Amino acid sequence: MTSTRSMLMTGNLAAAWGARLGRADYIPAYPITPQTEIIETIAKWVRTGEIDAKLVQMESEHSMLTAAGAASLAGARVFTATSSQGLLYALEMLYNIAGWRAPMVLVNVARALAAPITLEPDHNDILAARDSGFLQFHAETCQEVLDLILLAYRVAEDSSVLLPAIVNLDGFYLSFTREKVDLPSEEDAAAFLPDYKPVNPFSASNPVSKGATVLNGALYSYFKYHMHASSLRARDVFEKASAEFERMFGRSYSPVETFMADDAEIVLVISNSFSTIGKQAVKRLRNRGIQAGLIKLRMLRPFPSSLVARYLSGRRGVAVFDQNISLGFGGIIYSEVLTSLYHRRNRPQLILPVIGGLGGKQITIEEMERIFEATKNELGSESPEPLFLMRSEELERTMNLVKTAKEVHS
Amino acid sequence: MELQSKYRTLRDVPQLDYLSPGGSLCAGCGGLLAVRLFHKVLGKNVVWVNAAGCMTIMVNYPLVPLKSNWLYTAFASAPAGAQGIRDALDILIKKGKIPESEDLKVVVVTGDGAAYDIGLQSTSGAIYRNLDFYYLCYDNQAYGNTGFQVSSATPVGSSTATTPATPSQPAGNIQKRKDLFEIWRAHNPPYIATLSSSYAVDFLKKVEKGSGFRGPKLYISLAGCPTGWGYDPRETIREEKLAVDTGIWPLKEAVEGKVRHTVVPRALRPVEEYLATQARYQHLFTPTKRIDVIRQIQNDVNSYWEGVADREGFDIKLVET
Repeated sequence: MTSTRSMLMTGNLAAAWGARLGRADYIPAYPITPQTEIIETIAKWVRTGEIDAKLVQMESEHSMLTAAGAASLAGARVFTATSSQGLLYALEMLYNIAGWRAPMVLVNVARALAAPITLEPDHNDILAARDSGFLQFHAETCQEVLDLILLAYRVAEDSSVLLPAIVNLDGFYLSFTREKVDLPSEEDAAAFLPDYKPVNPFSASNPVSKGATVLNGALYSYFKYHMHASSLRARDVFEKASAEFERMFGRSYSPVETFMADDAEIVLVISNSFSTIGKQAVKRLRNRGIQAGLIKLRMLRPFPSSLVARYLSGRRGVAVFDQNISLGFGGIIYSEVLTSLYHRRNRPQLILPVIGGLGGKQITIEEMERIFEATKNELGSESPEPLFLMRSEELERTMNLVKTAKEVHS
Repeated sequence: MELQSKYRTLRDVPQLDYLSPGGSLCAGCGGLLAVRLFHKVLGKNVVWVNAAGCMTIMVNYPLVPLKSNWLYTAFASAPAGAQGIRDALDILIKKGKIPESEDLKVVVVTGDGAAYDIGLQSTSGAIYRNLDFYYLCYDNQAYGNTGFQVSSATPVGSSTATTPATPSQPAGNIQKRKDLFEIWRAHNPPYIATLSSSYAVDFLKKVEKGSGFRGPKLYISLAGCPTGWGYDPRETIREEKLAVDTGIWPLKEAVEGKVRHTVVPRALRPVEEYLATQARYQHLFTPTKRIDVIRQIQNDVNSYWEGVADREGFDIKLVET
């Protein structure tokens, strides 16, 4: 472990440092709240010469991602960032970039989707990109934002993976929260993450075609199967890279993090910044003698199914906190957790779906505690009632606003 | 002073071809012909950046006819793909990560659907950023790849799959084409030209001339489409030549914004000669001749050339209507 310097920084600044320490050559950019601080920071560094990279502001996120993927294929290490509507606008290109096998890194600053339009976060934006072929890493803290970017490049560029990656951080809760972040030195970062060696880039001496047509379903399936297999391999590659990261920097990152979970009877499954509140609730419950625990999903793609199953099998009750909603179904991660457990002999008695924090709605420690209570109460139930977290005073305030709107417009 | 061109007669068309024979495009495709000619001038160190369209089918895994690089992007954003590649090559050469001998000419190739419609935003962005690239639009005047639906390049009077000639709309398409040349010119790129493979020397000269400029170099090439326009595949060159000789497809260039017509017919041939040869205009001739529509097309051509002759100071014999 080498000496590092620490700085107070926002999640956005940490993301910019990820690009800087990752020695990104090229940053196509487009502004969107709450991501703008990332590109503004990088733009300043480029202008002051603190980093040797080119930043170009494109005319849309769709073009931004096209330029990003194409530059990666030409051999540049590429970084960019977006959020919410921007991610959806670029979604078409995510599928292309993954199919091109261009190992760029994209940061998404999570923000809920219109309509109604809002600036605050939930995970419907990032989970809309779930099936694109991009690997997905989700950060709880500003430190994780920085570290996961370095890890994301390592995994994405590995010759057995060659898929692009997204690092997700929550808007506002993380993007604008200052925390102490340990900064690896440039030398150490370079030792951990060597220069990008593109595989068959565009070239004069060895011309290549990327994104060719296949007019044949078997060929299409062949390519998609290889992408799928590569994505699954990314888990092992991540674990190996992460072990090296721990040796160098002393911070450990597994695809799934456990918190007081070893002997827990009731376990909460959660991801991203609200995990911190969940952990506080677990501590409080433990103080009251309740065997609560938590597992945090750090890797969403590939989905770490076997780890999830290993950590959840044999529990009495599991609650899955989804900060997203698949309208007409429920929580997206809920269904993935269920799937991971279905064939396990000792699967939990109960897996309770919980939806909360949509559009950045605050979740208190008490509400997190309520999730554990509800899980206990539902044990033995054949069809548990999904839990939609909203406090009575929030509901009351909301109804008052609706009433006011009616009065104003009548 | 005009620079001396390498291309003075048809004998000067380079023999070396960068596309292997065969391929999965339609027989007689004018778009493919434009790509071949374009490539002959640029040489082998090229990366083509493609948006969805007829040419997309040309690079059909594993049967790739190209001896150069290729990237299919998406319908709307080929110029942004060109931006990424150009920027990456510049950066990598500057940092010494690749030798200059690995540099490539970056060429966007799209049909009119992408160039006039869905990709116009990204084209505008790339020109605005003064991207050093070539843009070749093979203009077959409709969404050819999906079965010939109307695009904003479709001329008045053409029937398409989505603007068929009917008793209530006897002309077929009634919208006038967007003037893409002028849209591009308003962005002030250093070089813009229209092309037709039927005037191959003019074609080659313009690609050569554009190469002398850094920045966006934009080309709209007429692309005869046997399946969409409805003529025998062997007639592509004849159809494209008629389009030029009737004045329907003016061959021109704009250097630093200054427009000059490069092929000026001394006397225009009647548009009717061109229209009558194609199935897409047959409703103008049978069961009854739509003199009103034909006259409108002729009048539009006449007024275009009248204005041009005035501005550029040449004589041209128009067709009486």
